[in-house]
Amino acid sequence: MKRHTISVLVNNHAGVLQRVAGLFGRRGFNIDSITVGQSEEPGLSRMVIVTTGDDKMLEQVQKQLNKLIDVIQIVELSAYPLVDRELALIKVSAVSNVKPVILSMVEPFRASIVDIAVDSLIVQIVGDSDKIHSMIELLRPYGILELTRTGLTAMARGVFLDDALPIIEYE
Amino acid sequence: MEEQRSKHEWLSRVMKNDTVTGSEALVRSLLIEGVETVFGIPGGSTLNIYDAIHDFPGFQHILARHEQGAIHAADGYARATGRVGVCFATSGPGATNLVTGIATANMDSVPLVVITGNVSTALIGTDAFQEADITGITMPISKHNYLVRDVNELPKIIHEAFHIASTGRKGPVLIDIPKDVTSQKMIFQYPVNKPEIRGYRPDIDPNVTQIEKLHAAIAKAERPVILAGGGVIYSDASKELLEFVEKTGIPVTTTLLGLGGFPSAHELWMGFPGMHGTYTANKALQNCDLLISIGARFDDRVTMKTSGFAPKVKTIAHIDIDPAEIGKIVETAIPCLGDVKSVLQQANLHAQPVHAEAWLTEIQENKKMYPLRYTDSEVTLKPQFVVEMISETTGGEAIVTTDVGQHQMWAAQFYQFKHPRSLITSGGLGTMGFGLPSAIGAQVGNPDRLVVSFNGDGGVQMNAQELAICSILNIPVKIVIMNNQVLGMIRQWQELIYDNRFSHMDLSGSPDFVKLAEAYGVKGLRATNKEEAREVWKEAMETPGPVLIDFVISQEENVYPMVTPGSTIDDMIMGDER
Repeated sequence: MKRHTISVLVNNHAGVLQRVAGLFGRRGFNIDSITVGQSEEPGLSRMVIVTTGDDKMLEQVQKQLNKLIDVIQIVELSAYPLVDRELALIKVSAVSNVKPVILSMVEPFRASIVDIAVDSLIVQIVGDSDKIHSMIELLRPYGILELTRTGLTAMARGVFLDDALPIIEYE
Repeated sequence: MEEQRSKHEWLSRVMKNDTVTGSEALVRSLLIEGVETVFGIPGGSTLNIYDAIHDFPGFQHILARHEQGAIHAADGYARATGRVGVCFATSGPGATNLVTGIATANMDSVPLVVITGNVSTALIGTDAFQEADITGITMPISKHNYLVRDVNELPKIIHEAFHIASTGRKGPVLIDIPKDVTSQKMIFQYPVNKPEIRGYRPDIDPNVTQIEKLHAAIAKAERPVILAGGGVIYSDASKELLEFVEKTGIPVTTTLLGLGGFPSAHELWMGFPGMHGTYTANKALQNCDLLISIGARFDDRVTMKTSGFAPKVKTIAHIDIDPAEIGKIVETAIPCLGDVKSVLQQANLHAQPVHAEAWLTEIQENKKMYPLRYTDSEVTLKPQFVVEMISETTGGEAIVTTDVGQHQMWAAQFYQFKHPRSLITSGGLGTMGFGLPSAIGAQVGNPDRLVVSFNGDGGVQMNAQELAICSILNIPVKIVIMNNQVLGMIRQWQELIYDNRFSHMDLSGSPDFVKLAEAYGVKGLRATNKEEAREVWKEAMETPGPVLIDFVISQEENVYPMVTPGSTIDDMIMGDER
């Protein structure tokens, strides 16, 4: 069982997310996270899906996704050196004397404080999943009041993947 | 000549770039796509469409009595003719009544274009009267679907839908049209070129390297087998398959949906495999060293327990148009992507005979030793006898449709199929209620052929209302009921697997089918022994219109051989009479 990060270029139509997510559910594939947003081309969105499974499952995920008419390109990013990032907002309980302590913790993570209230503050952190996990664990003892994460978005380093073949070619 | 001119005039009428409503644009688009017949039922959301049809007397619409009947008829039409079947239903309940038919077509890769009405755009999402999110509902069971929000997109969408339904691995495409879109005006313009859909590449050229590998594997094989499925029929590759088999000499088994794709009289044909398959086919699959799957998808009714399937195989080659089928169920060493016909044409160029004399002898011996058989009776009427009788009297030339259950297996086992597209049966979804309406569709698409529909007394009651179509349009289908007064396959499983604990399989309270037929204005006949069976079948054949024949058979008759679920196809129950 391995974690795979898949980038899926899709038509930006109503219902496409439902088609993709529904396919995972119906075929028994796991979704660890899914992020969607506009791509570099108007009318197309890019989804980044993190899934866990063996190679056989990954092959089926790619092939089944490729059957969807609205799916234009599929790239398994984990096959390349990649940059992956997630953003998290963490609302921490913080009475006045704790605030400086939290502030000092945020700095080494290159996280930032984006809101301060009387007895709480919001930490914003961007990074890979491990970094976010560490930040959360560090803040947990102070009392996490609310937590939101965007899920992973990712991109292969350097290479331009326009020619990546959506159909698995057999030699 | 006359016909050509009228078609030209008619096309120039519908191709005119004038202002029309969405409804007229729909009808014109269907005519341009070559649609001759649609099956459907009108409703509030599709009234504009039906109003538009009224102006096109040449546009044949067959009024079903249940939407499920309409879509199975469109499905039978598509399977029997190879063309795209079309049906209409209204929003909400009309659309949801199609769901079983869409799933049936999807599982068996049948090209359909399904048109549903929806509530007006402004009402979508408000839980309006007769509203259902049919595009959401059918996403997992259709090849693709559309919700038309802009009337100007309608022709393009219809053009795309026909392209998607009928290319690559075929399948059902749904187009949902809100009521206001059907009344809005637009300037009609139909796309002339083949649709360019990014992300949809149905044409895959055969890979020559792969085919060379296939030839190399054939040259090495000692015990080769071909497993041919519905793909052979859908790509019209029967001739190519026959040529491939004759050039290589490899024995062939055809799946349920592949029946008719290879002539059953051929000495290299082994019958169909799997749960109720022949001894010869199953043993060959279990003992083969090379398995060549051609347009078949390793359904669990064929493989049974996959871990025990083809345990001695060294190489599996898989010819399929759908890349996702390769490696889905079994590990494939030689994938041959592409349309079955073009791959086989390529393969036939250099096909060489196998060197497998001992294997071929063993298969011929098995065919002799273990044919499909049954114990005939002069007292009770045996269903296998009925199928054999019909097969003989029709010379295997009829189009056979079936419902689902024991009779389906008997028809598949004992009817001698000669031609492709002559067995129409719900294989993947196993849809009861399919037999009668699919026969209507097959007959509408083939007015000059004899169409025989085999049904059980259970399944026929799931869409018996469609007898009305047979009656009103004088559709001359011969509707055979194998009447054992029980849900036969349920009874068989309860006897063999549930230790005779017969739970809710008794169909007492069924109508007198002869009277039911007569109530619809269809001729009804009954037979309870062989003598009567011969007489009523003769009468049915001599009757020009629709006939329903109630063959009263024994409850205890089971389908054999049988592989019970959880076993491998090695473990066949051959039946008590062996």
